[in-house]
Amino acid sequence: MSTPARPSPRRVRGEERSLAEALRRLSPYLEGIRWRWGAGLASAMLAGLVALAIPQVIQQLVNSVLRPGGDASDVWTAVAIMAVLGVAEGALVYLRRVFILPPAAGVENRARVALFRRLQRLPVSFHDSWPSGQLLSRSVGDLSLLRRWIAFGTVMFVVSIVTIVVGLGLLFATSWILALIYLAGAVPIMWRSFHFRNDFRAASRLSQDQAGDLATTVEESVHGIRVLKAFGRGGEALEGFRGQADTLRGTEVHKAAVLSKFISLIVALPETVIGLSLAVGIYLVATGDLTVGAVAGFFATTAVLAGPVESVGQLMGMSLSAKTAIDRHAEVMDTPVDIADPEAPPAGGTAVDTPGALAFRGVRFRYPDVAEGAEPLLRDITLDLRPGETMALVGLTGSGKSTLVQLVPRLYDVTAGQVLVGGRDVREYELVELRRRVSIAFEDSTLFSDSIRNNVLLGAPERVLADPAAAQDLLDLALDTAQAQFAHRLPEGLDTEIGEEGLSLSGGQRQRIALARAIAARPEVLVLDDPLSALDVRTEEAVTRRLRSVLAGTTTLIVAHRPSTVALADRVAVLQDGRILDVGTHAELLARSADYRFIISSFEADRSIESVMDSGAITAMTGTEGDRA
Amino acid sequence: MSRRDATLLGTRGEERLDLDATERRYVRARSWMLLRDLARPVRWKLLLTAVLVVVSNAARASFPLIIAWGIDWGLPQVVSTLRDGGSPAPVLAAVGGTYVAAALTAGLLLGTYTWLTARVSQSMLLDLRVWVFRHTQRLSLEFHERYTSGRVISRQTSDLDSLRELLDQGVSSLVSGLMFMLFTTVSVFVLDWRSGLVLLGAFVPVAIAVRWYQVRSEAVYRRSRVSSARMIVHFVETMTGIRAVQAFRKERTNDETYDRLASRYRDDMVHSLNLFGVLQPTLLVTGNLTVVALLVLGGFRVLDGTLAVGVLVALLLAGKRVFQPMEQVAMFYSSFQSATAALEKVSGLLEEAPTVRESPTPVPLPRAQGRLEFRDAEFGYGQGEVILPAFDLTIPAGQTVAVVGQTGAGKSTLVKLIARFYDLSSGSLTLDGVELDQLSATDLRHNVVMVTQEAFLFSGSVAENIALGRPDASDEEIQAAARAVGAHEFILSLPEGYDTDVTKRGGRLSAGQRQLVSFARAFLADPAVLILDEATSSLDLPSERLVQSGLERLLGDRTALIIAHRLSTVEIADRVLVVHDGRIVEDGTPEDLIAAGGRFAELHAAWKDSLVG
Repeated sequence: MSTPARPSPRRVRGEERSLAEALRRLSPYLEGIRWRWGAGLASAMLAGLVALAIPQVIQQLVNSVLRPGGDASDVWTAVAIMAVLGVAEGALVYLRRVFILPPAAGVENRARVALFRRLQRLPVSFHDSWPSGQLLSRSVGDLSLLRRWIAFGTVMFVVSIVTIVVGLGLLFATSWILALIYLAGAVPIMWRSFHFRNDFRAASRLSQDQAGDLATTVEESVHGIRVLKAFGRGGEALEGFRGQADTLRGTEVHKAAVLSKFISLIVALPETVIGLSLAVGIYLVATGDLTVGAVAGFFATTAVLAGPVESVGQLMGMSLSAKTAIDRHAEVMDTPVDIADPEAPPAGGTAVDTPGALAFRGVRFRYPDVAEGAEPLLRDITLDLRPGETMALVGLTGSGKSTLVQLVPRLYDVTAGQVLVGGRDVREYELVELRRRVSIAFEDSTLFSDSIRNNVLLGAPERVLADPAAAQDLLDLALDTAQAQFAHRLPEGLDTEIGEEGLSLSGGQRQRIALARAIAARPEVLVLDDPLSALDVRTEEAVTRRLRSVLAGTTTLIVAHRPSTVALADRVAVLQDGRILDVGTHAELLARSADYRFIISSFEADRSIESVMDSGAITAMTGTEGDRA
Repeated sequence: MSRRDATLLGTRGEERLDLDATERRYVRARSWMLLRDLARPVRWKLLLTAVLVVVSNAARASFPLIIAWGIDWGLPQVVSTLRDGGSPAPVLAAVGGTYVAAALTAGLLLGTYTWLTARVSQSMLLDLRVWVFRHTQRLSLEFHERYTSGRVISRQTSDLDSLRELLDQGVSSLVSGLMFMLFTTVSVFVLDWRSGLVLLGAFVPVAIAVRWYQVRSEAVYRRSRVSSARMIVHFVETMTGIRAVQAFRKERTNDETYDRLASRYRDDMVHSLNLFGVLQPTLLVTGNLTVVALLVLGGFRVLDGTLAVGVLVALLLAGKRVFQPMEQVAMFYSSFQSATAALEKVSGLLEEAPTVRESPTPVPLPRAQGRLEFRDAEFGYGQGEVILPAFDLTIPAGQTVAVVGQTGAGKSTLVKLIARFYDLSSGSLTLDGVELDQLSATDLRHNVVMVTQEAFLFSGSVAENIALGRPDASDEEIQAAARAVGAHEFILSLPEGYDTDVTKRGGRLSAGQRQLVSFARAFLADPAVLILDEATSSLDLPSERLVQSGLERLLGDRTALIIAHRLSTVEIADRVLVVHDGRIVEDGTPEDLIAAGGRFAELHAAWKDSLVG
């Protein structure tokens, strides 16, 4: 099931910032670009002026050629000057790009890498509230807009303004009447082009959103194809899709309408003005108030001005979008990293009083996005695990088990109370140190696009990794313990790439690799959040047994759904409605707690026929019963 | 042909890059046919569009001609009229009016053409979207299982998006630009054929530069696509797996990896920008030097008096403008390329034929009793190995049948045959005596409904999700269905009751609740035959009890096949089928099977034992 990635018009903090202030936010990334930007601006400016000089040469030329007794040498002079100017214009345009583009791409890159670093360090609660699509559009779309603005938008905005001002000056110098006529046509275009960009962008945004919604519908229709086929609802799905696709078509056509109006205007209006100027110009030439060369020069100059006049409004609009992009970037960069290393290095170095001990003291937890007054998800949790002890955590769905275990490696911080590892508050450790001591396996096992080997050894101690033989031993042990021997039989063994561009594994296989990863980290405290849920009964029992021997000495807190796992734990903690109801051995709890018996019996009923039959040893199940007793 | 069939038909050759000439031609032809089919409904509009683009660009290219005419004819006229004391207005109006008329024609028609192109191309794209969507829905599950959902989705999203981008980024401005260059060249020839030859000569370096750019940029563009995809994949993977990233201290390694990927993307991008950085000034300089060449050629003839000065001015203006659209033409190439590749893949998908087809002459069966009969039925995928060897099975109307067996025993295949997700390889399967493949799709779905394991919910409200069972159902009927399976209470407790959006916070349903919604959906559909893959992977006891009673009410007196996951389900069945290695190895009432002492009896005994806590 996918959530439509609808970029809701969330308000961006920092909207009140001015453009200059927004630019200041960028200064860490601007290193080394400033002089090159200046050089690029100078090149672009010169290119603009050269372009304006060419019509002046034409004007002189036409006048001199027309002059009675005109001289061939005048033609050659004009030709030489125009050739030089023509080549110079190209060279300057080339220089502008050479000066600015690489450093602008550098700015984009630095901002992108900085954003990534920041995002990786922001707490899980931040990521809970930001869909990854939102973050991606900040990382890709926004920053590429920023590059185009720095490399092109800022420079061309300045150059366009200067070109327009100088060009108008030249026009006025030639003939104030013609210049006024031209100005009358140019102003509405500059005005419209600003609005055009806004309207067009709004239409583009809308079409992007609608295309996104359409993609969601497509995804659902493919993922839900069994349901659609089972109910014969292909027709209805198609109608719904057709409606959405038609809306998108309408938006695209609307977008084209905005564009076509603007195109009509920027072709028809200036050319109409030129038609008027042509008539007026001929009259002025006939009366002797103007030369033919001046008319030719006028037309050539307006041709040079056409580009800047069309784009100056759009460039201004681009600056506004760029500012929004900067604000959106700053919004993420300014979000505080509230799960971070302690400010002062822990007193007494990394030594701890009781290695391997894990304790919860009066822990209370509420998700940050939940209202202040709401009942906390976890309340007054106090629990002590002795070093080397295995404790099972059981409870019904929604009792808060997964949340509780995530507090140990500080994926979330407690709202109140303390979590102690090795007798010391987890917030006193450097994060790296804490997460080296504590390792976790999640129910939904996230693996990365990499080899099996690298996935499993991800959290392994550095000293083991330094020795290839030891690393291999650890890898084998971890895979063996997690009953993930299948990995050796993959096409390229342990070097098989998995994930996006590699092999996809089944849910049970992924879980076992993720479990092996947690084991290979060789932690003092191992936290397992129902890591065996996708395994069949027999494999699960084998894993649990092996874990006991391999992890002897490792403190283990395991969220369990199966009686066999629970039975192997030293003690069991029962979590209900966010509180610890009881702690004791399996036998004690069975004897004294009706709630515990209820929970355990619910586990029993959960066992599927398939898994019992798959275990291939229907009679062998009585053996398990014997062990437990 | 046969070789091609085997390797290229449909989606088979789409990952291959080493197509030989014949194969390329086949794939190209397939795309062209698709394009032609798409164009057929809009062919008159296409023609009109073509006329508009010709006229508007002819008008645009005529501006220099009018200026030449104005200076060389109009100016002497005005001078002589003024000398004679007459009014210059008619001549000025003629010159100015012609120019303004051309300007308005060019501008308005260009705008209309742009708009019309969008209408035509967008309606073609809409057709294509709908065709692909419909076709995907029609393709059998066998295809979907082979082709994977990711690829079906990207055919319909990213591939069609690259077509959209092509249309968006102005296929219209491309055509119009080419037209403009053509007409400007023609008008230069009209003014002065020698200058026309110079202009043609200038097209040689321009063509070389554009070709150079296309060839280089194609490679660079592809590389930057790959590097941006890698960067994005790494980004998304990191953000979606942030818990594991932090828990295993992967931040620093990721920093390095991402830095490397982002820098490679930057390098590729700069490389591709640099290529354009060469092309753009080259075009500019070529244009400027063309003007200079025209000046050399024309200037001296003006001195001689063999060329009018207005013509020279017009030539210079035309020469300056003629290469302007070339940039767009060059830039266009890469999006054109990716759109072509997309069209080739999409046409391949459309070429796939559904293996489960609706009969052209269906036998009507509006309301079945629900008697199912397999005779000598055998099933295997395509020509592959046999999954279910020949078997006979009769299920009387109204019977509740539980199917049990190990993973991969063939339980699911057996029941999916009844839903006609697959067709038998040989033998017959009838519903009330009618061959299943002789039923119309409507009658089949009216009579046979399958509730799948995933309990998939579509985005939208709870009510909409239930209404999927019968889209014309009233609100009362929807609520009655929910009540019947015991889903009403929890739905009312949702933030907006039946209108709660299942994708929004607070609307996310637990596994058990989703299952109940899918039961309500099936109840509303009210089929004669119901097939249930009773998934219960993570239900806890209270949810399980809820689902169990809902299930019993859903079954009613329908014929039902249930892939049973719990013994409690088996207990409500009239009959149990034990499937092993594709064969039905035990068949009887639960009591009989327990008494007979086979696999089922053993299973039952083990189960009972385990409940003695």
